[in-house]
Amino acid sequence: MFRNLFLNSTSLIIGIFLLLFLVIPIVQVFYVSFLDVNGDFTLVNFSDFFKNQLFIESLYNSFYVAFFSVVLASVFALPLAYFTSRFNFRGSVIIQSLGFIPLIMPPFVGAVAMKLFFGTNGSVNLLLDQYFGFKIPFMEGLNGVIFVEAVHYFPFILINLITSLNNIDKSMEESAQSLGSKGFGLFKRIVLPLSMPGYIAGASLVFLKVFDDLGTPLLLDINNMLAPQAYLRISSIGINDPMGYVIAVILVVTSILAVWVAKIALGGKDYSMLQKGGGGMIKREMKPRQKITAYSVVGLILFLVLSPHIALTLLSFGTIWSFSVVPDAYTLSHYKSIIFDNSIFIKNTMLYCTIAAFIDIVLAFFISYIVLRTKIKGRHLLDYIAMSAIAIPGLVLGIGYLRTFNAFTNPLDDKPLASWWFMIVLILAVRRLPYALRAANAALMQISKFLEESAESLGARKVTIFRKILVPLMTGGLLAGFITSFSTATVELSATIMLVSTETDAPLAYGIYSYMQTAAGRGPGAALGMIGVLIVAVGTYFSQTIIDKRYKKTGETENG
Amino acid sequence: MKKILSLIVALLFATQTFAQNVVVVTSFPKDLSGKFKAAFEKKHPNIKVEIVGKKTTAGIKYIQETKSNNTTDLFWASAPDAFEVLKGDGLLQKYTSKAKGIPSKVGSYPVNDPAGFYTGFAAAGYGMMWNKRYLKANKLPVPSQWSDLTKPVYFGHVGMSAPSRSGTTHLTVETWLQGVGFNKGWALSKEMAANFKTVTARSFGVPDGVNSGDFGVGIVIDFFGLSSIGSGFPVGFVYPEVSTLVPANIGIITNAPNKKNAQKFIDFLLSTKGQETLLDPKIRRLPVNPETYSKAPKDFPNPFKDKSIGAKVKFDVNLSKSRYNLVNSLFDVMITYRLDELRSAMAAVYKAEAKLKKKDNNKARALIQEARALIAALPISEAKANDAEYNKIFKKKRKKAKDIEKYKGTRQAEVEAEWDKIVTKNYSTAKKKAEQALKLL
Repeated sequence: MFRNLFLNSTSLIIGIFLLLFLVIPIVQVFYVSFLDVNGDFTLVNFSDFFKNQLFIESLYNSFYVAFFSVVLASVFALPLAYFTSRFNFRGSVIIQSLGFIPLIMPPFVGAVAMKLFFGTNGSVNLLLDQYFGFKIPFMEGLNGVIFVEAVHYFPFILINLITSLNNIDKSMEESAQSLGSKGFGLFKRIVLPLSMPGYIAGASLVFLKVFDDLGTPLLLDINNMLAPQAYLRISSIGINDPMGYVIAVILVVTSILAVWVAKIALGGKDYSMLQKGGGGMIKREMKPRQKITAYSVVGLILFLVLSPHIALTLLSFGTIWSFSVVPDAYTLSHYKSIIFDNSIFIKNTMLYCTIAAFIDIVLAFFISYIVLRTKIKGRHLLDYIAMSAIAIPGLVLGIGYLRTFNAFTNPLDDKPLASWWFMIVLILAVRRLPYALRAANAALMQISKFLEESAESLGARKVTIFRKILVPLMTGGLLAGFITSFSTATVELSATIMLVSTETDAPLAYGIYSYMQTAAGRGPGAALGMIGVLIVAVGTYFSQTIIDKRYKKTGETENG
Repeated sequence: MKKILSLIVALLFATQTFAQNVVVVTSFPKDLSGKFKAAFEKKHPNIKVEIVGKKTTAGIKYIQETKSNNTTDLFWASAPDAFEVLKGDGLLQKYTSKAKGIPSKVGSYPVNDPAGFYTGFAAAGYGMMWNKRYLKANKLPVPSQWSDLTKPVYFGHVGMSAPSRSGTTHLTVETWLQGVGFNKGWALSKEMAANFKTVTARSFGVPDGVNSGDFGVGIVIDFFGLSSIGSGFPVGFVYPEVSTLVPANIGIITNAPNKKNAQKFIDFLLSTKGQETLLDPKIRRLPVNPETYSKAPKDFPNPFKDKSIGAKVKFDVNLSKSRYNLVNSLFDVMITYRLDELRSAMAAVYKAEAKLKKKDNNKARALIQEARALIAALPISEAKANDAEYNKIFKKKRKKAKDIEKYKGTRQAEVEAEWDKIVTKNYSTAKKKAEQALKLL
């Protein structure tokens, strides 16, 4: 009796939360797409969409870019994940943390930095031109978007994959080996299928994120993709063209479809393991030649994915960097100029993102449990709604929040609710909930139901099962979800820029953005960005160490 | 609903409150707003300035969306059009500063809103900036007029923002249209656009691209060029002959909670100290008080002395306003979204023309001319573009059916799809003709 009441009321609370902070704001914005000039209901705007060659092209381009970003991101992520979890690889934790860093740079900063390195007249091309007389168009057209997106979002695949690999029980491999399986067969039969939930979770995230990412195409001046088309039409001065909103609806619908396809791909297979926490795969020693290959592959990938940060570092210390391989000279003045009056941005970011990520993992834990383990009515709806947040362009959600919450007054200070800083926290939590949810789902999928069922048959109550079985076994996944939500929230700009009502409430990305809008502000903006990246990187590193330690410990006690 | 919401809110964290004395929503960068904030707070130590930085478009949206419960005192931005939008929505209130020494016009443009809803505090005009290292490496001449940018040598070396993205860019396009005529102005725009490397989504993307050497020449508002020089970048800036000066403005929002302080802030902008702040190397905007120029660095342009700056074009703000969205949309359809098609058509023309120079051929010459005409062709006549009824299709507010009689039921998306068809067909036919010409040579 208590059990059902607890779960039902939890789903109800989550449902209300999503309704208030996701569905209602979006509906406030979306209904515009169904209005004709007289304000009556119509579907004609949608037929306009499919009649316009440019929109069709944009739709195609968005799919094209999203798909190839997933491919390229996989090329980056697979070797890093495989080498570091499969072999005794020195500095695995460092590599896994470094590989995560690209996520914690606002996309607009990343694109600026990548342009300095890989642009037509970036460092690499200037060198190539000087010594070999040719240039490579890394950053031209859709390829540029794919390159930047893959570098920026591949950590989604990496982190989910590593978590999956670490969750594979040693005994699975050992049993397979004792039955005579080895080499590629072992990989194909055991490792590949068992790491599938993580890979699919990561890949579908990358697909969705790229599909609706705005900052990157905008900074690379690519207009014929869906998200920029929506944004350009919604935010044009004085225009209220319904097409922008139509495109937003199409973005959401497509993303929901993508989630559904990912679900089918995992198609009802059972990925769970009865035993748990066996310390991941058996770690092997590499032969010297393998070692050299592995280290150079990892080194090259790390250089590629960290190039935005290398460029940003140079920018933050450089004086003038114009049409040259490296800056003209170096200085500390940018750091000096920001250190005193900008600590508020950093403080705000840490506060907002910690709360937001915490809200996320709590929600994600319960949602994934309700969806995967109960028969509560409408549970899939809960999942879809929560996941659809990923498909809502931040700008649209931001406008929705303004429309929905501005009419209410905050009882604490008698100002509009929309201008209260906590709304920024909520919008961040809603926007990043899908990340935590994916991670929680993947973690829960790998835990066998039998564990809970046996506990239950022994008389354990739901709360006890949560506390004693699920939470400890899911900690790795949940922590991964927390880190992902937290660090990606630190770089969020599109939604927050609509809600920031005073500079004292503004987060870091906003501060960097306002610096980056002036000729003299590029250096200080880069310096501010570096500080943000460092803080989050240190945080990530520590969480990573905790995850690693935990696995080692549980592995030892259970196996030993 | 409200109850649930309040309950949730009350359960959440305690908030910090800040003493706010004047809240300014601005599109200006920190380098500018921060300097003025500091200077103003020094003069009025008991008033705290809260700066809320937003892009012009986002700023307008923000003020529109929050009007029911307004907390903003001032809107402070460049484009007069943005203020016209707010004024049209009844979101600005009148104020006339008592500051002395401000002339009524700068260039050929009135400094203040004639109706008194917003006040000009600095002037800005459009021009070209270039990266010296880039031009040298690519052996390009320094441009001085718009027509220079239509030359084949600049192919792939020019950058500009889209007028739909930036109010100031809109002014440039409108200046071309008013300065050399509607059809010729569009032809000029497209000939320049054929040399674009990119159309940036943010107006700052242009100086950023020139400063970092991503492209060589940028069509920018003067302070982007002047402040880049001031910050030490190897760049130059010039006002071409066809240019106009427009004021950057500030206006008090309707129901401003701190009206008195808002007025003080406007007065400060126009004071001697405020005007001198504009000359800061990181700001570099043209003061509206002619006396301030005596403190300016050498080579700083002075529109009150150098009458060639921004005087050529008598800018008609009403004409600009009446077709504002149509011009933006036309630019996007013809240039922003079809840049690749435009470039490849023009590249074919350049190729044929280069060969024509060596070996003349009447038939080829005619074909090239046709190709150029097709590239310049518009999907709409000037009369229709200026037709108030037609412009209603692009109007922001959804009016009642009776307001749109002549073009009842026509939707912007429909019109744009139609334009797009015409334009892409023109570009591809132009390309074919140029290629035919090339074969003849």
